[in-house]
Amino acid sequence: MSPDDEKGYPGEIEITHDLTISKLFLKNAETFGEQKVAMREKEFGVWIPYTWREYLENVKFLSLGLVSLGLQRGDKVVMIGDNRPEGLWAEMAAMCAGGIGVWLFQDCLMDEVQYIVDHSDSKFYFAEGQEEVDKALAIKDQCPKLTTVIWDDPKGMRNYNDPILISLKEVQELGRELDHQKPGLFEDVVNQGKGDDICLLFYTSGTTALPKGALLTHYNMLTMGRNLMRVDPCYETDDFVSYLPFAWIGEQMMSISCGLQVGFTINFPEEPETSQENVREIGPHVMFAPPRLYEQYTRTVQVKYLDATWLKRKAYELAMKIGYHVADLKFEKKPIPWYWGLLNYLAYLWCHEKLRDHLGLSRVRNAYTGGAAMGPDHFRFFHAIGVNLKQIYGQTEIAGISVVHRNGDVKFDTVGKPIPETEVRITQEGEIISKSPSVFQGYYKMSEETGNTLRDGWLHSGDTGFIDGDGHLVVFDRTKDIMILNDGSKSSPQFLEARLKFSPYLKDAWVIGDHKPYVTAVICIDYNTVGKWAEVRGITYTSYPELSQLPEVYELVKRPVMEVNKTLPGPAKIRKFVNLYKEFDADDDELTRTRKIRRSFVEERYKDIVDSLYSDIDTIHMDTTITYEDGRVVEIKTDLNVAEVPI
Amino acid sequence: MAQDDARSGDTFLLKVEDIHMAFGGVAALTGVNFEVKPGEIFSLIGPNGAGKTVMMNCINGLYRPQRGCIFFDGQLISGISPHQRAKMGISRTFQKIELFKGMTVLDNIRLGRHIHLKSGILSGSIYFGKTAREEIESRTFIEEEIIDLLEIEHIRNHVTGMLPYGMQKRVELARALALNPKILLLDEPLAGLNLEEVEDMARFILDINEEERWQVTCVLVEHDMGVVMDLSDRVMALNFGEKIAEGTPKEIQNHPDVIKAYLGEVEELYVTRR
Repeated sequence: MSPDDEKGYPGEIEITHDLTISKLFLKNAETFGEQKVAMREKEFGVWIPYTWREYLENVKFLSLGLVSLGLQRGDKVVMIGDNRPEGLWAEMAAMCAGGIGVWLFQDCLMDEVQYIVDHSDSKFYFAEGQEEVDKALAIKDQCPKLTTVIWDDPKGMRNYNDPILISLKEVQELGRELDHQKPGLFEDVVNQGKGDDICLLFYTSGTTALPKGALLTHYNMLTMGRNLMRVDPCYETDDFVSYLPFAWIGEQMMSISCGLQVGFTINFPEEPETSQENVREIGPHVMFAPPRLYEQYTRTVQVKYLDATWLKRKAYELAMKIGYHVADLKFEKKPIPWYWGLLNYLAYLWCHEKLRDHLGLSRVRNAYTGGAAMGPDHFRFFHAIGVNLKQIYGQTEIAGISVVHRNGDVKFDTVGKPIPETEVRITQEGEIISKSPSVFQGYYKMSEETGNTLRDGWLHSGDTGFIDGDGHLVVFDRTKDIMILNDGSKSSPQFLEARLKFSPYLKDAWVIGDHKPYVTAVICIDYNTVGKWAEVRGITYTSYPELSQLPEVYELVKRPVMEVNKTLPGPAKIRKFVNLYKEFDADDDELTRTRKIRRSFVEERYKDIVDSLYSDIDTIHMDTTITYEDGRVVEIKTDLNVAEVPI
Repeated sequence: MAQDDARSGDTFLLKVEDIHMAFGGVAALTGVNFEVKPGEIFSLIGPNGAGKTVMMNCINGLYRPQRGCIFFDGQLISGISPHQRAKMGISRTFQKIELFKGMTVLDNIRLGRHIHLKSGILSGSIYFGKTAREEIESRTFIEEEIIDLLEIEHIRNHVTGMLPYGMQKRVELARALALNPKILLLDEPLAGLNLEEVEDMARFILDINEEERWQVTCVLVEHDMGVVMDLSDRVMALNFGEKIAEGTPKEIQNHPDVIKAYLGEVEELYVTRR
């Protein structure tokens, strides 16, 4: 699609500086009313629909309830919980009343919750149920500005009578009373909003420092959605499944920015554990997920393949061979001969179709990945089974995305071309900078960081990259993560890690090699797949630490490392690796909540391991302590083996 | 609260009088008496072989004691068969999981409900009118009251035998609840679970006991003293088939005979999980 075609999409609405998300919401609710399902939630084993009228009513009374509890324009409302209608109602209600939404990751620990609630000056706290309420009660004394905690799931809440608590139903009741006293108040409040008002305060995951709160306006969010849909339109009849954290900008981008503009149906899974099943039941038309999810899909397929019977394995192998061939032709933009087309159709019938159905991708028109690097092998895999997977590039600071692949122009080493109204340039130092109507307003209460990131309207990403001959943006890595190898060349650890993770047995990898004599890796095996692998072979183990150190497992891990090494130039080859005795965990600060490695932290934490990888030691004695959430301290004594990789 | 009145009052839901049970020459229970009040969590503790599970089996009718009476809900039940006792509202879980491993979780739970279904084979096979309504009601009950409570949505269609041990324990509790019991006999519900699962299970037991919808009286046999002392309203200690003490958790913890029976193990047991 050429830029000329991207002037607009059918049914596009005009986005002015007066339009807000809340006004758009009101308009949609009036247009669709009872006629259309706005959202569905699976509960008690059945999908329960909510029409736009019900959606409006819930939001309206909640919003007025907040007003009656003292919400002023510009007040922050923090939200935490799984994806569920009440979560979206809360966000929309806050926006309608002129408040600013702040999302927390559901699994945030106490001190993270405290930091964000305190730093954002939040007055209201929406909790899903007991667990989130407990977090709020634990921090309320440290966050004096917090006045009200609202909960919606009554389970386990029977003995809670702290005066700060109020149920969502009660808040809606207050709203109903206020509506009775002052009819039309809700519409008035909504109409007071302006497009340039802040609607979301979005805390970025922060691989290095404390989370920073990015301020985004209604205009930022809406223009981003419009510009993405000018490339890939969504339709009113589409289904979307919302199961990734709302605290991730990608989910906001789909549910709010795009969803509200076209009015597609948002589906919420029953429980986080059932989301895969529920996605399959819905069969969404569009999805956006971080690479780890797609990695999980490929891992699942590969493990099932290993478990399958001989005939099924052969059928799969043949179908994939055909799929890969056709996908490669497409990547090279070569015409597909009719006989390959026919074979691919047959392969689709006997294998790809089933595979896609099991993964919930049977109806997907556009699948996006973004937020971190994804290995080319994963990309090829999805295109081989006929899923139109595209890379997205962007930041929270640009309301989600700025660059995306176009249909028929997917190159798996690039992230595509800028979306309409977006300019992307590379500075002299090689940093990627971008400019668009969606660029954020600055970090909350951090003027210095804002000054560093936002210069003359250009958003400085901190990523190094370049633009290739076809005009595609190539993102090399975070500038500060780039490794200088022993021959002076530059290499991207993220790229190597993404390649390693194509193996179903590897859950995480951390590649080291900046200013070092050679490249090494610390591997976290996938407990499930490696555990199963060991079980089938009668290899006994009792725990993750033990399993990870078995010589057989080292041999298993060595294979994908050697496979990756084959494609790498000499100095970038991985010479040594060690299996870690635990998986990286966001609770231990080793990963961000979106599962990116926090390199400086792990370098500090596992200094002994890094040192040993660059010495002649072949066993590392580990003697560390782990502090659990409830304060228990466990001592871990274990030996880690260093494996050399033959080159 | 009405529940508190019941706990402090003289009324009882279950009363066991002078139970004697011997297997050959081994006396498993000798003259045990106790009462369980409505709404409470009553725990049986004691070293291995003290007769705790035998007591449970006597209450639910798997064993016929040689002497003694058991009253439930104001009725003498000593002579009644286990399935009739189940119908009266006595439900239980087992120390060693007794699920139908080849069936799905949902089917196992539905089985627990079977005793309350009125339609027979014939009308069941036609599945029309009253039978269909009954089936849907029962399914709604299972979904809304049990699966939601015990958080097993993600495994409802899984085959039970393939599930991890902790999950199977939970399914067993679900099946016991499907009976909509008045009293629930829990035989070592925490044995073999990891710390997280123990915390979950303890929470479920409290929910079942306290939640307005349920308010089920529980008789708990358990070795995890930390949990027993935290959850129970009253505790009874058995040793070699005899009752050695009964009282509040605090009284039992400091009771010299109990300490002697465990040879000081109580304290040790108490700290194992912490």
